[in-house]
Amino acid sequence: MWEYTKTVKDHFLNPRNVGVIEDADGVGEVGSLACGDALTLYFKLDDHKRIKNVKFQTFGCASAIASSSALTEMIKGLTLEEAQKITNDDIAQFLGGLPKQKMHCSVMGRDALEKAISNYRGEAEKKVEGEIVCECFGVTDIEIERAVRENHLKSIEDVTNFVKAGGGCESCHDKIQKIIDAALGRETKAKKKVLRLTNIQKIKLIEETLEREIKPALKKDGGNIELVDVDGNHVLVKLQGTCAACSAAEITLKNYVESKLRELVAPELLVEEVQS
Amino acid sequence: MKVIYLDNNATTRVAPEVLEEMLPYFSEFYGNPSSMHTFGGTVEHKITEARERLSGLLGASPEEIIFTSCGTESDNTAIRAAILSNPDKKHIITSRVEHPAIKNLFEYLSKNGYRVTFVPVNRKGLLDLDYLYKNLSEDTAVVSLMWANNESGVIFPIEEIGKILKEKGIVFHTDAVQAVGKIPIDLKNVDVDMLSLSGHKLHGPKGVGALYVRKGTKYSPFLIGGHQEKGRRGGTENAASIIGLGKASDLAAHHLLAENVRVKRLRDRLETEILNRVPNAIINGDKEHRLPNTTSIAFEYVEGESILLMMDEYGICASSGSACTSGSLEPSHVLRAMGVPFTAAHGSVRFSLSIYNTEEEIDFIIEKLPPIIERLRELSPFWKKAL
Repeated sequence: MWEYTKTVKDHFLNPRNVGVIEDADGVGEVGSLACGDALTLYFKLDDHKRIKNVKFQTFGCASAIASSSALTEMIKGLTLEEAQKITNDDIAQFLGGLPKQKMHCSVMGRDALEKAISNYRGEAEKKVEGEIVCECFGVTDIEIERAVRENHLKSIEDVTNFVKAGGGCESCHDKIQKIIDAALGRETKAKKKVLRLTNIQKIKLIEETLEREIKPALKKDGGNIELVDVDGNHVLVKLQGTCAACSAAEITLKNYVESKLRELVAPELLVEEVQS
Repeated sequence: MKVIYLDNNATTRVAPEVLEEMLPYFSEFYGNPSSMHTFGGTVEHKITEARERLSGLLGASPEEIIFTSCGTESDNTAIRAAILSNPDKKHIITSRVEHPAIKNLFEYLSKNGYRVTFVPVNRKGLLDLDYLYKNLSEDTAVVSLMWANNESGVIFPIEEIGKILKEKGIVFHTDAVQAVGKIPIDLKNVDVDMLSLSGHKLHGPKGVGALYVRKGTKYSPFLIGGHQEKGRRGGTENAASIIGLGKASDLAAHHLLAENVRVKRLRDRLETEILNRVPNAIINGDKEHRLPNTTSIAFEYVEGESILLMMDEYGICASSGSACTSGSLEPSHVLRAMGVPFTAAHGSVRFSLSIYNTEEEIDFIIEKLPPIIERLRELSPFWKKAL
C-alpha cells in the first residue's frame, strides 16, 4: 500500500481544475496509454499575461492525478516566466511529498507545463533532443541526465522512479548507469571547486589521501610514496621501494596518484616526481 | 467502516472454527511433537490428524504430505528436488503466467545453467499445449505449471498434461495454491508428482503450507536438519498452524460443492451487473475454465490504482494488475502474457470472493463501482476521444 499524504489524497479525491479549455492559449500533452499515465494541461492568460484559467485531464494513478491538480493550483495567477521556474520537486513538496516510486508523476506535471508554454509561444514542438535510451518508455539521455542532475539521483532505481527509464525490459540499464556516473562525476568536481581550500587544508588533505588511499594500494605491490612538498598546485613526491625502480612509475604517478588526488582533493593538482 | 473483502486470492480470513482449533496449541499444549513424553505426543497426534485431513481434501495418502512454511517454500522444495534427482537434465519448463514463486525461481535457474522454456498462453489465458508438448525432450528435468492462475482465475488442464508427462517419464509439479479448496482435486486420478499449496488461501493461517510428493517420486529435502516430516523437511513443526491447516482442509472439503456454487453465483452476478452498467469493460481470461471465485475486469481508459483507492474509500478491498500498484512500471506479467492491450491492462481490477461474501456486499459494489469508473473517465484525456 502506498503511503500518500493527506494533501495527495485530498487532491486525488477532490481534484481541482479538471476539464478542457476550448480556446486555450497554451496546451501541453505528455504521456500515453501505454505508459500508464498521461496528462493534458490547458491554460488561458489574462490581459497582464498572467495565468487566469487552467484545466487538466489525467489518466493515471492517484499521485498522477494529485500532481496534476496541485500543479494547476500552483500556477494560477503566475506569469509564464514565474510558472516556468516550477520544478518537479516543487510539485512534490506542495503535496507534502510523494513516495519515491511515484516521483515520475511530478516530473510529468512539469513536462506538461513546459510543453504548454512552448505551445503558447509558438515554438515548434521541440524535437526529441538527444538519443532515446529507454525504448520501452521513450526516454532520452538528455531527460535522464536532467533528472539525475536536478534531483541528485544516484541509482538506476532512482532514475526509474523519476522518469520511468529502465522500468520495462531493463536492457538500457548499462546506458543509464553511464549517464549517472558521468553526471555524478561532474557534480563532485563542481562541488569541490566551490570549496576553496586554504594551503594548509590542501596539504593536510593531500597527506591524508596519500596515507589512506594511495599508500595502501602501492604497498600491495611492494612500493611506497613520500610527500616532499606542495608548491601551489604542484605536488612533489618521491617514489620508493619497487615503485622507484619500476618502468611504469610515470604511469602510476599520472594515472593513479594524480587522478586520485584530483578526485579527492582538488581537480587542478599536478603530481611531479622529485629524483633523490 | 465496514470492510468488504473481495481480495481472497491475496489472502483469506482465518475461519473462526480454524482459530478455535489452533488456540490451545500456543499456550496450553505447547509440547514439542518430537518429544518422548505424553505431553509432546498429544501435539504429534494432532499433527497426524491434520495430515490426514489435508490428504483427505487432496485424495492423497497422509505420508505423501510434507508440511512447509508457505507456498513459496513448497515450490522451491519441489523444483530443487526435481532437478537434484535428475542431475544430467538441464532443461526445465514452466508457463509465462506463473506466480513469482515459480517465475523468479525459473529465471534464477536460467542464469545458473538451466535452459528454461516459458510456455505462452492465448488471449484467454489458456495454455498453448502444442507448444508445451513440442518442447518436451530427453533433457527435460521437470515441468511446473500452476493449476489455477491467481490473477485471471484461469484453470490449466492439469489432468490431461499429467497423462502425457507420465508417459514420457518427466517429473510434473503443479503450484495449486489458488486451486486447493476452490475446485475439487483428487490426486488418485491426476498424474502429478508434486503439488504445492498454502494455508492462508483456504481460510487457514499464514506461515504454513504443504507439499504433496507422490509415493515413489525421487525427493531430497530443501531444509536440511532434524528428522521432522521423516527427514524431508527439517525444523520444529509450526504445530498450531499445521493443526489450523488441517481444520481448514476439513472445512474446505465440506464447503467445496455447495458453498462454491453459491460463491460462483455471487461472482457471476457481480460480473454481469458491472458489465451491464459500465461500458468498455472486458473480462480478462476464459470464462469457462475458471475458478468459481475470481473475476478480472479491465476498465478501459482508467488506471487501476485510482479505482482501488476510490473503492477503498468505501471499504471495498480488491486488487489490480496495473503497473502502479506493483511498484514496477509494467502492468502484470500475466495480463501482458495474455496480450491484454495496454488500454485495458492498466485498468484491470481483480475481485476474488470467498464463502464469507454476501448478496448485500455484491449489491453495494454494484452500486458504488460504476460511478467511480465514470468519474475517473471524466478525468481521463482518452475517454472522450475514444467515444
